Amino acid sequence: MEKTWNNKAWLMVLPVLVLVAFSAVIPLMTVVNYSVQDTFGGNQFFWAGAEWFQEMLHSDRFWAAMGRNLIFSAIILAIQIPLGIFIALNMPRKGWGVPVCLVLMALPLLIPWNVVGTIWQVFGRIDIGLLGYTLHALGFDYNYVNDPFDAWVTVIIMDVWHWTSLVVLLCYAGLVSIPDAFYQAAKIDGASRWAVFRYIQLPKMQRVLLIAVLLRFMDSFMIYTEPFVVTGGGPGNSTTFLSIDLVKMAVGQFDLGPAAAMSIIYFLIVLLLSWVFYTVMTNYDVEK
Amino acid sequence: MTDTSEAVVSTDKDKMMRNAPATEGVAHGSSADAALARRMRRRGEESRFWWVVPTIYIIFLMLPIYWLINMSFKSNQEILGAFSLWPQNPTLRNYGVIFTDPSWYKGYINSIIYVVMNTAISISVALPAAYAFSRYRFLGDKHLFFWLLTNRMAPPAVFALPFFQLYSAFGLIDTHIAVALAHCLFNVPLAVWILEGFMSGVPKEIDETAYIDGYSFPRFFVKIFVPLIASGIGVAAFFCFMFSWVELLIARTLTTTDAKPIAAIMTRTVSASGMDWGVLAAAGVLTIIPGALVIWFVRNYIAKGFALGRV
Repeated sequence: MEKTWNNKAWLMVLPVLVLVAFSAVIPLMTVVNYSVQDTFGGNQFFWAGAEWFQEMLHSDRFWAAMGRNLIFSAIILAIQIPLGIFIALNMPRKGWGVPVCLVLMALPLLIPWNVVGTIWQVFGRIDIGLLGYTLHALGFDYNYVNDPFDAWVTVIIMDVWHWTSLVVLLCYAGLVSIPDAFYQAAKIDGASRWAVFRYIQLPKMQRVLLIAVLLRFMDSFMIYTEPFVVTGGGPGNSTTFLSIDLVKMAVGQFDLGPAAAMSIIYFLIVLLLSWVFYTVMTNYDVEK
Repeated sequence: MTDTSEAVVSTDKDKMMRNAPATEGVAHGSSADAALARRMRRRGEESRFWWVVPTIYIIFLMLPIYWLINMSFKSNQEILGAFSLWPQNPTLRNYGVIFTDPSWYKGYINSIIYVVMNTAISISVALPAAYAFSRYRFLGDKHLFFWLLTNRMAPPAVFALPFFQLYSAFGLIDTHIAVALAHCLFNVPLAVWILEGFMSGVPKEIDETAYIDGYSFPRFFVKIFVPLIASGIGVAAFFCFMFSWVELLIARTLTTTDAKPIAAIMTRTVSASGMDWGVLAAAGVLTIIPGALVIWFVRNYIAKGFALGRV
């Protein structure tokens, strides 16, 4: 759509600007403030320069949490994206099945995140949970409280349960936008099921898939509440992701300097990712 | 044996039904039509099992929720004592505890108050901004739009502590408005993006015609434009409602007693000695209900909302 140049539009954007500045810029400045100062208690601060940043970038704990988080995000994407596409391809296109599928599949997305954690904490318990009890009855040595591997499996299945529907819904929205004529043409050409997927459905889903990959990556990179409720970051530090580590440092130990420095590094990574997201999206729009 | 034969009979009937239009195609005389009809028939047979994959997936989704509902109708002795797939002695005691104890049911009221406040604030500031982004170019518009997106992507953990200090300075800790304002951090950008997506779908000629007809801008906006994007506003409101409802980290940080959300009250019970599993499950079930109720209204738009208005 052709847009007219009008700087008075700023007046319409102003309320958003003021509100988001209050809830984003001021808090962020506080973080910057802490990241370059040190304190011995009271309200006395003095300049510490880049000290905290150096400490963070050389800290094993930070890189360990970062590594765990990246592995977690990679596993999440590797499972959820193909699974989401597969389920979306098999969803009905018309009839009573459509609203039923949409509503039931979207349900986990609307559950408060700590309730998601609670559901899986209970579900996986070997004494009272269906999953844990069944696995135990079948002879598996499953215990997410003590065993790091089981804790990881539980957290990953929980995230698959929680968020795969997002990928499904996005892919489905892409699929239903394909005109019937495309499929008819493919049938006349005698295209195989795979060819239909590869040359008609996949290209048409490209845009929504892009959104799905980026949203899932960023949200899994920021995950806090669900694993915190289920495992509390344990056993040991095995499921301590970046956000959990950050909150532990800031609220638990009150190490404001390092926590603030970590926040800034964390935020810069997210900023970079957002920039990639935005550039890819706008370039895509231009190409179209 | 009877089962299989019945199945065979019904399959034959299906085939006959589907043959009817196919024979019509042949009657029209073209062999390509016949080939097409044959392929379509084959495809129809393939898709008879369309329901298998969605059904398995939905069962996987529903099992943990069912388990929570199951537990909420059991007494603690039954939960810990005997393993059973459904409540042997169904009881409403757990729900009774929640609905009679103010420290429990006030949590729901608190959550609903700040969620509604947040939705109202987010939509009312996002509407004019989204209109500006969808209709005009102005100095720094692209940077501003990008900056809004970064706030949707910002990790709440980064903001928890500064929020606490900021709202303490204003004396707003433990008030509903504090949580409502803090949730604007991610809900306002979301609302702007979703509304902009819907508004861009409305042709600009409608604006111009309205001005020619002598409508002033505010009158045009309220009388003509808002009704046109009513579904978009509904979807944006739903997403604000949803993300404010599911967020816990910030809401918990900013409240102590008077405005404490139900989700935070639940976590306190978990850590109490002598865990009350039944009440915990009942509280969990009650937090799922609002989402389940509103989702029906936006079922066809939910994907568009998640794609930030861009499908």
